[in-house]
Amino acid sequence: MAETFLFNALRAATDEEMARDRTVFVLGEDVGHYGGSYKVTKDLYKTYGELRLLDTPIAENSFTGMAVGAAMTGLRPIVEGMNMGFLLLAFNQIANNAGMLRYTSGGNFTLPMVIRGPGGVGRQLGAEHSQRLEAYFQAVPGLKIVACSTPYNAKGLLKSAIRDNNPVLFFEHVLLYNLKENLPDEEYLVPLDKAEVVRSGKDVTILTYSRMRHHVLQAVKGMEKEGIDPEVIDLISLKPIDLETVGESIRKTHRVIIVEECMKTGGIAAELIALINDNFFDELDAPVLRLSSQDIPTPYNGKLENLTIVQPEQIVEAAQKMVQALV
Amino acid sequence: MVQERIVPDTPVEGELSNKEEALRYYEDMVLGRTFEDKCAEMYYRGKMFGFVHLYNGQEAVSSGTILTMRPGVDYVCSTYRDHVHALSSGVPAREVMAELFGKATGCSKGRGGSMHLFSSQHKLLGGFAFVAEGIPVALGAAFQIRYRRDVMGEDDDRVVACFFGDGACNNGQFYECLNMAALWKLPILFVVENNKWAIGMDHYRATSQPEIYRKAESFDIPGHEVDGMDLLAMRSATLKGIDRARSGQGPTLIEALTYRFRGHSLADPDELRSLDEKEAWLSRDPIKRFETYILDRDLATQGELDDINKKIEEEIEEAVRFAEESPEPDPSELRRYVFAED
Ligand SMILES: Cc1ncc(C[n+]2csc(CCOP(=O)(O)OP(=O)(O)O)c2C)c(N)n1
Ligand SMILES: [Mg+2]
Repeated sequence: MAETFLFNALRAATDEEMARDRTVFVLGEDVGHYGGSYKVTKDLYKTYGELRLLDTPIAENSFTGMAVGAAMTGLRPIVEGMNMGFLLLAFNQIANNAGMLRYTSGGNFTLPMVIRGPGGVGRQLGAEHSQRLEAYFQAVPGLKIVACSTPYNAKGLLKSAIRDNNPVLFFEHVLLYNLKENLPDEEYLVPLDKAEVVRSGKDVTILTYSRMRHHVLQAVKGMEKEGIDPEVIDLISLKPIDLETVGESIRKTHRVIIVEECMKTGGIAAELIALINDNFFDELDAPVLRLSSQDIPTPYNGKLENLTIVQPEQIVEAAQKMVQALV
Repeated sequence: MVQERIVPDTPVEGELSNKEEALRYYEDMVLGRTFEDKCAEMYYRGKMFGFVHLYNGQEAVSSGTILTMRPGVDYVCSTYRDHVHALSSGVPAREVMAELFGKATGCSKGRGGSMHLFSSQHKLLGGFAFVAEGIPVALGAAFQIRYRRDVMGEDDDRVVACFFGDGACNNGQFYECLNMAALWKLPILFVVENNKWAIGMDHYRATSQPEIYRKAESFDIPGHEVDGMDLLAMRSATLKGIDRARSGQGPTLIEALTYRFRGHSLADPDELRSLDEKEAWLSRDPIKRFETYILDRDLATQGELDDINKKIEEEIEEAVRFAEESPEPDPSELRRYVFAED
């Protein structure tokens, strides 16, 4: 596959899995005729028909619950949240039923389902369309949570998520759909539970995910100029966290910065810091630092919006402070 | 006397004249009643905990619907008031009792409890503790049936019965799901057990159109107003719903007018409902009514019915013994069943 946009990588993953397994189907708002709000399912209904690309009414809690029922009875639904934020209306079905039902049923039922769609802060979309629900959902038992960040991992991860026998919350990012990358022609899968070492280095470990991976990589250029050699890890799996990869890196650098797009309070980093303290405290030469979004509703104004989320310069600055303090 | 909304004479299609079939219904209702009475006893003796919602008085709805379908083949989706739906679906009484005792041999391995009964083997989808949340899940099972038929070319004539209360009918999921079921012509029976109360909320204080069956009209599907204290009426409405579902015409809404003979749960002092109201409904006990039907038609003798009652008593005693003697879940398996692999 030549140069591929991220949204097309997701489309290819869906297409391949639907061709491979007739129990796989997509449901959500405008996933059929319209092709999805970010064109991830464009024209697939022409190949697979309207039952497999099921355009639903705007009823998030009910169509998510419907996916739960379909998964319990042997199908493999992929729920597209037109915007992940809308799935706040499906919180009950995701938490109580997708997340907990296997357990409360004592293993009577399995729930192979994917709930995917665009999340994150876009460009001046306003507070309600700029949510980072991964933070809200991380406390729900029974869910796997992953975030893709490149066309390559988007495709391989989505294929794995569809094949997984558990409910997987799959976060895409509104601003990453048009990333381009050359993808392999042959089929590949990316494991759901493995973090990706994006750049190896020795001075400081930077843990990040989704769009912030790209902010971090921009910041890396600045760090290199300052003579800092960071290790960048894209967590990919937000639940469970790949502590093996994280630990290996910490044992090498002894310093950690977490860069996330969710708000500071109750965010992914908050949980990650606790995990690092629990597991690798003795390896740390400095307290773990987190760079998170402000604890405010995302403002519409572009300048204010930029101030709300972490910018590359802040990452460089933080790395400088942390590394210099220790030499 | 309070004026109760009672369907005078539901026209019944197809006489129930087969003895074996009649006794099967009778036995199932007696099983439900006896099981629930035993639960109350066990609860007060400290053998089960939490919220326990009993079904006394509503037996004709469960038996009349589920036994008219094919238990273990067709799907059943319930609420927190789920013991009797589970029993009608064929989940053995001992497994339900063991679940209420929190034992490893319970149908949900002691992880679920009274409000979370499940059995994949008996096609019992749950056991849903939040009002109305089971409706979409049942819808998904119905969608799956249509999907198997139309996408996978399988010969699937199964149907889904989805039970919920009058209170659930004021929740959005009810309307959202009626819409989708009608839109996609899904094989599902929405069975509202209108027992007039949602805990302490009088149905007439909660809804602008108390005749729930009439809400079907706005979704362009049939809505039946059925005497939920009459097994034959429930059976007849179910037969119509099944026919419609199997022939691809889609869902049916059945409003069963019924009453719970006990408080909302065993923790409810039940002080709000008037004595007059309770008496009016107690006099319409569905089991007594069906018993009369059987005897009037000489479908069985009193002696045969007594034998059934005795057999059920023994079955329930055995269920309690089984629950009592069963082991607790193994603490080392605390984290089991969170994910598909464990
Ligand atoms: C979402 C939700 N809100 C509130 C409750 C508390 N609650 C449990 S049962 C009930 C009343 C439901 O009444 P109805 O639907 O008529 O069913 P019934 O109990 O009469 O069988 C309420 C409010 C709940 N379980 N779930
Ligand atoms: Mg009620």
